[in-house]
Amino acid sequence: MTAEFTIGDLEEIMNSTIGMDEGVQFTADDDIPFTDRGYDSLAMIELASQLEQRTGIRIPDDVALERLTSPRRTLEFINSHLAAAERG
Amino acid sequence: MSRPAGTPEAVITGIGVVAPTGIGAAAHWQAVLDGKSGIDRISRFDPSSYPVQLAGEITGFSAKDHVPGRLIPQMDLWTHMSLAAAQEALDDAGLVPAELTDYQMSVVTASSSGGTEFGQREMVRLYQEGPSRVGAYQSIAWFYAATTGQLSIRHGMRGPSGVICTEQAGGLDSLGHARRLIRGGGTGLVLGGGLDASMCPYALTAQLTSRKLSVVDDPARAYLPFDEAASGYLPGEGGAIVLAENSQAAAARGARPYAVIAGYAAGFDPPPGSPRPPALRRVIEAALADAGLESSDIDVVFADGSGVPAEDRAEAQALCQVFGPRAVPVTVPKTLTGRLYGGGSALDAATAALALRHGVIPQTSGVTRPVTADQLDLVLGAPRTRQLTSALVVSRGYGGFASALVLRRAA
Repeated sequence: MTAEFTIGDLEEIMNSTIGMDEGVQFTADDDIPFTDRGYDSLAMIELASQLEQRTGIRIPDDVALERLTSPRRTLEFINSHLAAAERG
Repeated sequence: MSRPAGTPEAVITGIGVVAPTGIGAAAHWQAVLDGKSGIDRISRFDPSSYPVQLAGEITGFSAKDHVPGRLIPQMDLWTHMSLAAAQEALDDAGLVPAELTDYQMSVVTASSSGGTEFGQREMVRLYQEGPSRVGAYQSIAWFYAATTGQLSIRHGMRGPSGVICTEQAGGLDSLGHARRLIRGGGTGLVLGGGLDASMCPYALTAQLTSRKLSVVDDPARAYLPFDEAASGYLPGEGGAIVLAENSQAAAARGARPYAVIAGYAAGFDPPPGSPRPPALRRVIEAALADAGLESSDIDVVFADGSGVPAEDRAEAQALCQVFGPRAVPVTVPKTLTGRLYGGGSALDAATAALALRHGVIPQTSGVTRPVTADQLDLVLGAPRTRQLTSALVVSRGYGGFASALVLRRAA
């Protein structure tokens, strides 16, 4: 997988399996913590599981809770891993 | 048993209904009076390979109308419906939980199926795709207490709370427990009652093992308790959330209660083959004594109405022993919905509260040829209008549970 992971991809995951309130939109530089939007640790575990399925990147639970804290940080985390994987 | 004057009672001040008879208490009540049945061929999945193909399904319910989008994927449909019913009950009572003390508000719901539809979806993922594909929310969504927990979180209700799993008797047990909490001063109000929504192949298969479901394929003839054509019962989904409140607090804020929870008792049947009688008669007598009432004080009985002929006979006998032959009007409005498991007696209690308020005994729709006519004055054909003061609601849960609740119209 070489394509960049986009904010649209993240929103698709949130809408389909985790849940998004009406009228909420994420942007690529969105640093509002997921916890401020009401997401709990279970939501982060589910997000990690969905990201693993789509990108093949292995994300242990503790890494998920530490790194996937906002939309921007999630994109950063995934895309840096994808880039590293491509460099081989 | 009389209590010292001035001690608080538990009163019902709000009702919310999501049932095959309608979404909202007003729609439900109108359907009951009109005899409008919610029973039809199962549409949620293809039932053609099952011996039971009819059920009381809820139509026209959309979680989006009642539950924030962020929470929808976390919950089973049963919890979505319960959140909707609870909001209606709070609105009906004119209560805003955010204005009240969190530790003085409780949630005690009944559930006997848990999140079966959610659970089935995740089990399919487990077997077809593997453990990593099972959603994280499965850990909380299936659980019997999920609805109580989500209601507690949503409304900031942190008083003593719980879930009661006594099958069809659960709705009454939740209100009995609510009354105990309120009388004891441990809490000021309780979201009680409950719903179940187990309309999926996994749930139906589990229910079939009771061998009490009707396999008659005519929606108007399949569930006819006390009738000579009785052939078991049909499953249904939904129920009611009932708000019980400290009577003094309710009076202080000018609420208009439907009814006082005046008496309650629960029992358990002896094992099959025992020479001892079933618990039902004893439970009814204990609930009347708890309310300080004689049998002649009861104006209407909402019966359990199993539809299994032997169970109908046992219930008719118990009622006849307590009240005497044909001494009190008896009705089973649940012929319009099927048996709703944890939600069944919650909806019956809600219907009884509405009957007390409106002074109308709803009829037992569908039944035309009762075999217990010498014992029970079953209300058939049309509602009966009369002044009502006290109602008895009776319920039996699969496995031996038996409960009785006495409601007295609020002054």
